[in-house]
Amino acid sequence: MTALPPPSAVRLGLVIDLDTCVGCQACVISCKGWNTENYGAPLSDQDPYGAAPAGTFLNRVHSYEVQPPAAPAQIVHFPKSCLHCADAPCVTVCPTGASYKRAEDGIVLVNEDACIGCGLCAWACPYGAREMDAAAQVMKKCTLCVDRIYNAHLPEEDRVPACVRTCPSGARHFGDLGDPDSAVSRLVEARGGFDLMPEQATRPTNKYLPPRLRDHVEAPSVLAPYLTPVADTPKGFLGWLDRALGALPGGAE
Amino acid sequence: MHPAPSVIVFTTFSGLGFGLLFWLGLGWPGVTGLSAFAFFTIAYLLAVGGLLASTFHLGHPERAWRAFSQWRTSWLSREGCAAVAALLVMAAYGAGLVFAGQRILWLGWLGAALSIATVFTTAMIYSQLRTVPRWRHWSTPALFLTLSLGGGALLAGQTRFALPLLVLAGLLQAWAWHDGDSRLRRSGTTLATATGLGQIGAVRSFAPPHTGTNYLLREMVHVVGRRHARRLRVIALVLGFALPVVLLLLPFAHWLAALAVLSHLAGVLALRWLFFAEAEHVVGLYYGAHQGQA
Amino acid sequence: MEWHDKRPDGMTQQPRIDLSPRISDEMRQTTCYMCACRCGINVHLKNGKVAYIEGNRDHPVNKGVLCAKGAAGIMQVNAPSRLRAPLRRTGPRGSGQFEEITWDEALAQATAWLAPLRAAAPEKLAFFTGRDQSQSFTSLWAQAFGTPNYAAHGGFCSVNMAAAGIYTMGGSFWEFGQPDWELTRLFILFGVAEDHDSNPIKIGIGQLKARGARMIGVNPIRTGYNAVADDWYGITPGTDGLLILSLIHLLLKAGRIDLDYLARYTNAPVLVNEDPASPQNGLLLRDEDGHVQVIDRRTGALARWDGAGVEPDLAGTYRHAGVTHRPVFHQIVERYLSDTYAPENVAGLTGIPAPRIRQLAAEIARTAFDEAITLDRPWTDFRGVEHATMTGRPVSFHAMRGISAHANGFQTCRALHLLQILIGAVETPGGMRFKPPYPKPATAHPKPHCKVTPGQPLGGPHLGYVQGPEDLCLDEAGNPARIDKAFSWENPMSAHGLMHMVISNAHAGDPYRIDTLFMYMANMSWNSSMNTSGTMQMLTDQDDNGDYVIPHIIYSDAYSSEMVAYADLILPDTTYLERHDCISLLDRPICEAGAVADAIRWPVVAPDRDVRAFQSVLCDLGHRLALPGFVNTDGTAKYADYADYITNHIRRPGIGPLAGWRMGEGGLQHGRGTANAGQIDNYIAHGSFWIEHVPEDAAYYKPWSQAYQDWAVRMGFYDTPQPYIFQLYAEPMRRFQLAAEGEGTRQPPDHLRGQIIATMDPLPVWYAPLSDGHTDPVSYPLHALTQRPMAMYHSWGSQNAWLRQIHGHNPLYLPTSVWETQGFAEGDWALVTSPHGSITVPVAHMAALNANTVWTWNAIGKRKGAWALDPAAPEATKGFLLNHLIHELLPARGDDLRWANSDPITGQAAWFDLRVRVEKCPAQFTSQPDHPAIGAPVAQGPATLAWTVGK
Ligand SMILES: Nc1nc2c(c(=O)[nH]1)N[C@H]1C(S)=C(S)[C@@H](COP(=O)(O)OP(=O)(O)OC[C@H]3O[C@@H](n4cnc5c(=O)[nH]c(N)nc54)[C@H](O)[C@@H]3O)O[C@H]1N2
Ligand SMILES: Nc1nc2c(c(=O)[nH]1)N[C@H]1C(S)=C(S)[C@@H](COP(=O)(O)OP(=O)(O)OC[C@H]3O[C@@H](n4cnc5c(=O)[nH]c(N)nc54)[C@H](O)[C@@H]3O)O[C@H]1N2
Ligand code: SF4
Ligand code: SF4
Ligand code: SF4
Ligand code: SF4
Ligand code: SF4
Ligand SMILES: [Mo]
Repeated sequence: MTALPPPSAVRLGLVIDLDTCVGCQACVISCKGWNTENYGAPLSDQDPYGAAPAGTFLNRVHSYEVQPPAAPAQIVHFPKSCLHCADAPCVTVCPTGASYKRAEDGIVLVNEDACIGCGLCAWACPYGAREMDAAAQVMKKCTLCVDRIYNAHLPEEDRVPACVRTCPSGARHFGDLGDPDSAVSRLVEARGGFDLMPEQATRPTNKYLPPRLRDHVEAPSVLAPYLTPVADTPKGFLGWLDRALGALPGGAE
Repeated sequence: MHPAPSVIVFTTFSGLGFGLLFWLGLGWPGVTGLSAFAFFTIAYLLAVGGLLASTFHLGHPERAWRAFSQWRTSWLSREGCAAVAALLVMAAYGAGLVFAGQRILWLGWLGAALSIATVFTTAMIYSQLRTVPRWRHWSTPALFLTLSLGGGALLAGQTRFALPLLVLAGLLQAWAWHDGDSRLRRSGTTLATATGLGQIGAVRSFAPPHTGTNYLLREMVHVVGRRHARRLRVIALVLGFALPVVLLLLPFAHWLAALAVLSHLAGVLALRWLFFAEAEHVVGLYYGAHQGQA
Repeated sequence: MEWHDKRPDGMTQQPRIDLSPRISDEMRQTTCYMCACRCGINVHLKNGKVAYIEGNRDHPVNKGVLCAKGAAGIMQVNAPSRLRAPLRRTGPRGSGQFEEITWDEALAQATAWLAPLRAAAPEKLAFFTGRDQSQSFTSLWAQAFGTPNYAAHGGFCSVNMAAAGIYTMGGSFWEFGQPDWELTRLFILFGVAEDHDSNPIKIGIGQLKARGARMIGVNPIRTGYNAVADDWYGITPGTDGLLILSLIHLLLKAGRIDLDYLARYTNAPVLVNEDPASPQNGLLLRDEDGHVQVIDRRTGALARWDGAGVEPDLAGTYRHAGVTHRPVFHQIVERYLSDTYAPENVAGLTGIPAPRIRQLAAEIARTAFDEAITLDRPWTDFRGVEHATMTGRPVSFHAMRGISAHANGFQTCRALHLLQILIGAVETPGGMRFKPPYPKPATAHPKPHCKVTPGQPLGGPHLGYVQGPEDLCLDEAGNPARIDKAFSWENPMSAHGLMHMVISNAHAGDPYRIDTLFMYMANMSWNSSMNTSGTMQMLTDQDDNGDYVIPHIIYSDAYSSEMVAYADLILPDTTYLERHDCISLLDRPICEAGAVADAIRWPVVAPDRDVRAFQSVLCDLGHRLALPGFVNTDGTAKYADYADYITNHIRRPGIGPLAGWRMGEGGLQHGRGTANAGQIDNYIAHGSFWIEHVPEDAAYYKPWSQAYQDWAVRMGFYDTPQPYIFQLYAEPMRRFQLAAEGEGTRQPPDHLRGQIIATMDPLPVWYAPLSDGHTDPVSYPLHALTQRPMAMYHSWGSQNAWLRQIHGHNPLYLPTSVWETQGFAEGDWALVTSPHGSITVPVAHMAALNANTVWTWNAIGKRKGAWALDPAAPEATKGFLLNHLIHELLPARGDDLRWANSDPITGQAAWFDLRVRVEKCPAQFTSQPDHPAIGAPVAQGPATLAWTVGK
């Protein structure tokens, strides 16, 4: 049913560290691979070897350029998949009940057997997290790898989303954001994790960690002592060298 | 948004059809027998035809029946329910008029209410979307309603209602365009809030996630040239409102009325195209669209 | 899915879904080869088909993670571009017209071409093997054939990095060494977009970030790794040497160097012969036995560098026969304290303001010395001195092609190593650590062999490390003996050969003509060549008789690449999941700093086409040609296939291709041992790799640690302990300078003397990229670079349906200055001109870019018709190669000489010395040059992909 369930205690989601993401796209492809083989219809590709290849992806990595007022421009890699919003508008608009939010963990899913492919949920999502599969004609979205995170066939440590398991730089974290003591919640707290488009009132579960301060120039007074010359000429330097060597363990003095 | 023909046809024709049904339900014109049959046929062709067109938009039309289930939360579902209810009630009512020459007053009023409610639910499908600031406004249902009522009155030959309604709709539309142009900006959603990077500095899309296109870009990131849009707006206002009003003011002739209807229809199709094509979905921000407006 | 679960609130229902689907029928572990990084993968199979690929958590390289390419492997093994059977050319070269033939026909043809060459003139075969991961095997084959003309792709890749590292400190980055990721506090990355060490670097950066350590990027372009760096130095290309020497200047001046380390572990205290009259001038002083000399601080007298207990003196001089001989360190001090290297004097050229240079130097100084690490781990050095602790300077560096792919790259890499060593941050905790079997000094490597004897094998390996003019590969007349002119006066220390010069030289008949060009895994008619259009021309050029100038071309590829169309005989290879491979300690193994490791690939799926693993084909060809080492005494084939070779080949007594699970007297053992018939099965059972950890007390100070040296001998890296000191002063280079000054009997041609003296300085120097002397910087004001996209591997990636959606075309990124001055807007195109030619390409704006630099992604552009793509594919219409603007030769300057666009020391291709000018032009439909479509032996792929293997 498209009514949102009462808020669950467990709120599973991702925390994505924009300070660390190098934009390698590993999460994009592992997601494509896992979800082509698992939950629901395969993620299809149209014109895959042709002039206009376009396929379904549940996770895409954008790149933005940010120009601070008084520092060099920066590039920020920006992965984006479903944020499993607490107030998920994509769910309530769905006419068939195919879109739903799981009562037990807050994961937002599409029951593909009931989806009529009207596209309204994708319209309702501000983040572009839903894509209609052109072959299956049903709505696809990030499942938070619901078929991995509880999967008894997987070793315990592998019960995380495919994108999290694969991320080489460790920029993706998975956990219970409903639990203030979970590792992800503490990370969000420590690093000032934020919501995307808070004004859209979706209350996303996924959080983003901001890039750390870049290109920070320390005051000359802090750095200068490290570069104070020991002598001004090579000759003077060699004199210093003799003294310095003498001070070393086993020195001649 | 992508101006999909199926959705343009759907909203335009079903709007007109339910508008006509509304007036028929109220008994304006108070037709029976063959002429009632003619009016109802036109109304049903428009309303049902529009609804059918909307199913072309569906990936799985064979499952469309499921869409009646979520009326408690979903405007789209409500629209389906309302439309079917309106059509059934009006069918019973119309049957009375055509076959029995009987006008069951309460049934007509109920049908009229359901018809106009259907139009309202259609409008709410769009108006509810916070993601499209241009749509998320009282003027969206107001416009859908005045257009449907005005167009319906035009079809129903109710000039005394059609004239003021069309004038009102035209004014409302002109204002909605003007006001709508800044709604994205006023919504507060920008690439800075979309990425959360605004604190650092000015944000610009550097590279899209994929070099090709995708569903989101096709469906939600449609950019119309400003000049093109302005020209279409004028055409839509002239055809949709100005010309029909002028024609209605002229001494009545069937061909003039028919011309007024056709002109109105063409105008509404044009403004519906603009309704979708000009609507900025906030997801476009992620792809570097609408940066000028945000 | 059924609708029956009652939700806890009892109000509504949600469908029941299968939360525990089966992942696969079977999981097989092998080694990825979607790039050269060699990660471990778990290949999940359903119904015998590849269903899903994930990283192997136990694997030392990737520890479970996988990059985008690795995860897209399923699209590669199913790519429609896979070659299906051996092919014989039927149309003209370049037409792509072929007929399928049998393997017997193909091998008979190859034998018919090669056997007469071997009998009469083996050098007429040039065998070059691109991105080969089996070089110890392919070189063995070439040696047995007897041609001196063998190399892999290193010469156009990163030989500067490798050779500078080996000559300076016995190892470099990537497969040789890595930052001490666990302990480093400051990580400085020079000129790296992706590297071979793909996942390890990403894992490492993640680790740094998690610990709050700092990272600095020095790169004209701020993407990828540089985008996450805390600090960015947007340097002007080709000037890193200056920046580094300026840092050295500041650190020396402030005395922020590790004197103890320099004295003990480097040749800084070694005495230099400073007698201008001596034929040994500038060489190191040696005793009768050839050991270099230092002054022992305990006695003040001369001593062997490695004498027991010797304490080399950095300041001590030696006066003899009226001449004072000073240690290397004095020369270092004298040179780098010069104001030439003051930040103010390098700021202009490097584009880095002086205060920023000071900031960087101060940060290095602070971290190295204020945040020094002390590990309570006793160890003993090679002089027998016992140390109670290990002292670390937690500053680490990493660098790759950004500094090496310039004509001044060798010296720039040396400068970087000098900086690392001056602060004592190599093989110490928190700094850079070598990966076994490295470190291994240049003197422990072979020297190149080139003596041709018809019908006989070569005397030894083709490639190696020369120590002076006597080791060059020259014929009696002093001309280059190799077709690529490696180890000649043009580039004496070309340790990896010069694959990028082979076609050009063979076409020019300079130094001689060849008969057969045999290539493997190298897309030379496209992205691997400078001057791509010219290369296509050279491959199709005919002589007066209408014969091709390069008469025969044999090529092994797995896919329908651009190069296929230019070959006469195609030997179709398997894909990486369909064959045996060996990632060997004899080659480029998978070791980590703390462990020695090697790995295999094995056929986790069977090929569904008439293809054969190239190495197995070489075994077969070796038998047909009766090459020594490939036939038994009775004339039968020595190896049935490559797996047989991997298992049974013995390189030295006890040493084979794989070090794990060898046979000893008491059963299975690691490192040394005889062949074990079950070895490959042992590997498979262990995830396809073998690993053994370095003992704790041997984990650092490897070149000097007795414990490490003993362990290395046990493991079979070498047969006796080989301690050595770092060569800040590179004596072999001085030997070439001496020759150029007229010393000795082997003399360079006169036109090269000046260049050798200027560039082959035994201490790091900076000189402007050579092309600057051939190109007018005013007409061509911009530097043009390429970067590897993380989600694409050279040309291979574009045939991959998933990856090509990420990088389907490549704009040329322009800095704000150019963008704004010329009024560029989104969607614009530009004409880009270099001294060699023009291209017309789409452009895009980038502010996070050095103001004098433009760049694009490497190898996205494709030739129409290749890779089983639609000729209208964006890769072929909007995509483009910068290679069309680059030339393997420098622009002529009227001296009738062919000056290679390469580093004059190693021959490294100077890809990044390209200068261009950019002009706005009307928008186009197709980027230029627009080569016509080539024919292909494969059909285009399907219109839709929607398949789940398991359903
Ligand atoms: N402009 C510019 N050009 C460059 C560079 C640059 O930075 N800028 N970089 C240079 C460098 S460093 C390098 S290393 C080269 C790389 O260039 P190459 O080594 O040529 O790389 P590719 O073209 O990707 O691959 C070579 C061929 O190997 C084939 N191949 C792939 N897998 C297999 C297999 O399993 N078996 C066989 N037999 N063949 C296979 C591919 O189909 C392809 O045709 O490019 C160089 N070119
Ligand atoms: N994903 C992926 N991985 C690969 C490959 C691939 O094709 N794809 N190819 C593999 C191969 S063959 C190789 S050789 C390695 C190469 O790996 P990298 O060394 O990372 O090679 P490039 O991508 O060419 O990146 C060169 C970097 O140097 C910078 N640069 C250029 N000139 C200068 C300079 O003068 N100074 C400084 N400081 N920086 C400069 C460029 O901006 C760029 O960031 O990658 C390997 N790994
Ligand atoms: S991100 Fe979009 S699809 Fe996901 S829950 Fe929120 S609104 Fe729905
Ligand atoms: S597309 Fe499917 S999931 Fe989305 S709203 Fe329509 S029926 Fe619901
Ligand atoms: S959680 Fe799973 S479905 Fe969601 S983006 Fe990651 S891999 Fe894709
Ligand atoms: S895998 Fe990790 S580092 Fe790579 S793009 Fe995804 S989040 Fe970023
Ligand atoms: S880095 Fe990626 S492509 Fe290269 S070997 Fe590792 S997983 Fe494979
Ligand atoms: Mo390379």
